[in-house]
Amino acid sequence: MASKYQPVIGLEVHAVLETRSKMFCACPVVDSTVGEPNIAVCPICAGMPGMLPVINEAAVEYALRVALALNCTINLTSIFARKSYFYPDLPKGFQISQYEQPLAQNGWLTIDTVDGEQRVAIRRVHIEEDTGKLTHVERDGERYSLVDLNRSGVPLLEIVTEPELHSVEAVRNCAYALRSILRYVGVNSGNLEKGLMRIEPNISIRPVGSREFGTRAEIKNLNSFRSLERATTYELARQEQLVEAGGAVVQQTLGWDDARGTTQAQRSKEVAEDYRYFPEPDLPPLVVEKAWVEKIRKGLPELPQARRERFISKYGLKAYDANVIVAEREVADFYEAAVAAAKTADAKLIANWLTGPLFGLMNEAGVEMGDLRFGAKQLAALCDQVAVGKVNAAGAREVLGVLFAEGGSPASIIKARGLQQISDSGQLAAWVGEVIAAHPKQSADYLAGNAPLLNFLFGQVMQKAGGKANPAAVRDELQAQLSKLGK
Amino acid sequence: MSGLHELSAKQALAGLRAGKISSVELTRAYLERIEQHNPRLNAYLYVSAESALQAAAAADKQYAKARRSKGGKLPALLGLPIAVKDVLAVAGMPATCGSRILENFVPSYTATSVQRLLDAGVVVLGKTNTDEFAMGSSTENSAYGVTRNPWDETRVPGGSSGGSAAAVAARLAPVALGTDTGGSVRQPAAFCGLTGLKTTYGRVSRYGLVAFGSSLDTVGVLARDAADAGLILKVMGGYDPQDATTVEKTPKLEKPSGRSLKGLKIGVPKEYFIEGLSAEVENGVREGIRQLEALGAKAVPVSLPHTEYALPVYYIIAPAEASANLARFDGVRYGLRVVQDDLIEMFKRSRGAGFGPEVKRRIMIGSYALSAGYYDAYYGQAQKVRALIRRDFDNVFKKVDIIAAPSTPSTAFRIGAHGNDPLEMYLEDVFTLPANLAGVPGLCVCAGFDGQGLPIGLQMLGPHFADERLLAVAAAYQKVTDWHKQGPAL
Ligand SMILES: [Zn+2]
Repeated sequence: MASKYQPVIGLEVHAVLETRSKMFCACPVVDSTVGEPNIAVCPICAGMPGMLPVINEAAVEYALRVALALNCTINLTSIFARKSYFYPDLPKGFQISQYEQPLAQNGWLTIDTVDGEQRVAIRRVHIEEDTGKLTHVERDGERYSLVDLNRSGVPLLEIVTEPELHSVEAVRNCAYALRSILRYVGVNSGNLEKGLMRIEPNISIRPVGSREFGTRAEIKNLNSFRSLERATTYELARQEQLVEAGGAVVQQTLGWDDARGTTQAQRSKEVAEDYRYFPEPDLPPLVVEKAWVEKIRKGLPELPQARRERFISKYGLKAYDANVIVAEREVADFYEAAVAAAKTADAKLIANWLTGPLFGLMNEAGVEMGDLRFGAKQLAALCDQVAVGKVNAAGAREVLGVLFAEGGSPASIIKARGLQQISDSGQLAAWVGEVIAAHPKQSADYLAGNAPLLNFLFGQVMQKAGGKANPAAVRDELQAQLSKLGK
Repeated sequence: MSGLHELSAKQALAGLRAGKISSVELTRAYLERIEQHNPRLNAYLYVSAESALQAAAAADKQYAKARRSKGGKLPALLGLPIAVKDVLAVAGMPATCGSRILENFVPSYTATSVQRLLDAGVVVLGKTNTDEFAMGSSTENSAYGVTRNPWDETRVPGGSSGGSAAAVAARLAPVALGTDTGGSVRQPAAFCGLTGLKTTYGRVSRYGLVAFGSSLDTVGVLARDAADAGLILKVMGGYDPQDATTVEKTPKLEKPSGRSLKGLKIGVPKEYFIEGLSAEVENGVREGIRQLEALGAKAVPVSLPHTEYALPVYYIIAPAEASANLARFDGVRYGLRVVQDDLIEMFKRSRGAGFGPEVKRRIMIGSYALSAGYYDAYYGQAQKVRALIRRDFDNVFKKVDIIAAPSTPSTAFRIGAHGNDPLEMYLEDVFTLPANLAGVPGLCVCAGFDGQGLPIGLQMLGPHFADERLLAVAAAYQKVTDWHKQGPAL
């Protein structure tokens, strides 16, 4: 956007802490997008009279993992607060959240932008409980709203960044980086479609060079990264047009309509809602022991950013490949296991096979790393076969396809399918001779300077060899015989 | 078997253990009295005659079996009937909380306090009347009619645990559970001539107690004497993993034993003997303190300088917490629903029809005190002053073992006396509120009667977790006095 305006965007991310039980009761955390409604509900999360919350320690641990991974300062004493409003999906009439003293604050994460790396400040990280879900139905001409409380009381982590993102690309990368961290520390699977991670950008614009903040609009209902990008792009353009036309941006919450590709004002409250926050009297302040925090810090895995740097320096990967591999912990783990298992193949060759053909197969089939029918050792073995010339690239792709579909060992697949590369010089020389003899015109033209014809002749030889000939050796032999011919 | 209802809980249990009486006889005696007097007194909102008799029969069987096998440990309260204030959940019984909004509400769960008593073998007679959601000092705020004071049926029994107090005073139950958020056990105990224990905050689980002011609410006991109250506390107190504000380890504090109070230091706070305190109550209380001195205690003047702020602080904090606690009554999942096409209208009409005027008043006060722009001036400030009130107690309890003071400014007032002025009613709790703000335990004992034959309450307060100390002092007092043995003529 070569524009007079600079986008100023912050993210508010809600991530479900995928613990076994809910935040304040013993109900299991279930996938609320499938199955029966109201199967994981008890008097506590249904807000029955006389019920009291009890803090789920696992959720606090999960939250601390994220907060530490985001380089936050941990408040050893934090306070739960009641956030009051009426809605049928909020059984108690208030949500237990954190307000004045959140679990953690003042952190940061690093993202890539076109201008290089950027450190994005995290304002706060706090724990709260999720609400239930409403479904609006019509039956016999009557409209009903049905309440499902499976999600009510599920632990949520709220992460708020400072408004320091200045492009759609930065928004996307920041969201991906947050998701990557959530997944690395094992608290959230990063699924936007199921609402396990909800990203709400707050967007404003200001004249380039200005230090003031413009009026911001928040966007909700983004259930994919694509929606995030589209909605942000749309909203920036909308604000710019509005301001250019002499209008003013109104502070409001907008809902993204994915089908129409537009934002719409949510049932707006003319007056800003007063949530009447006050400390939750049913819960004493949450005190976390310093020793516990340090134990959690020590237990954190190597995080994506650090791992990326190491992959570049240790394995000589390009930044792009390193990024792709570290984005998911399982992928990076798989890669490192393959590198460790390889005898001949080097780290770059393995990276190429991983991010190229294997990712291609996985994307096509919609398969995750964890669902593969073969392990890192098999990929390493295949790359070894390639590296020592036992199988050529085309053959190796076929082997990979078999591994992907059925599993097995590369060596036996190569053997069973007769995919061994033919490097026997006598055999190759005979095939080359036959091809030159069969194509005198093309051979002559090549020698006269039509260089691309070499590829045609090469293809003819490979065809004769059933694709199994060592391509490098074939090229050498072709060139040798042709140059002999030209003399 | 007339006269069974005259037995204290302790005596009744002794009789049950000895096989002299049966739980069925005892329970039936109370049910008969309830049938006879409750239509007038309105102490019970719900009587669980059938399940009570079943439980009593089961208890009798257990006693008989133990006697045959000559041994085996029996539950501590096996076969003892009790009454339960209607703000405490008992699975399968209504829990109206004195409100229209919960008129047909029957919880599926039981409050921890009640469950522990049930596990110890009690027989629940029924649920007792209360000011709506425990907001009041007379039971006049109950949606189900006022409870009458058995000592003078033109007067209130106090509140909000007025139903429990009237039930015990009228011998419609040997002992009853109440709750005390600002005096709701001690004040009715005073008005009805009973021993009323307000436990230390954190001592008894609030799980299953329908919340009013969560940081102030405590479960307590209305009993005929300190020994009975102690029996109940022993069973129902203690850490509950379902209430994060209960305390895992309570300190063992010194307490007097037997009749002697030698060495006991009693603080008499000057702020509790102020204008508005009736002369008869003051005389009764001072006489009670002299009695304690006669037992060997030493009374010294003390000061709780922030006492005068307790009332305004309380009437910010309690309504603020209540405003959120009562938000769940929205007509969506349970309770009264006034069907409307519009959602917000449904909320408004359901709550409008379901809550009484005092509850609405407090929800509005509380919402206001928490609203943006006012929070610091009201709720925030109130919390600061609350800390000062608590510090007053901490300071005094460095010097004395207990505090003795009046429970109420006057004896039981007439029904309707404070009808038009909520503030006048709020002043009824002026001597009981500070203990809730500080979280300390309080006990009320009967210390005589005024010229009209109405009971006078002596209040004792102790440091956190000195509940047993208060009970021990009261027990010593009750060994040499017989005020607590007197009952109203019905
Ligand atoms: Zn639950």
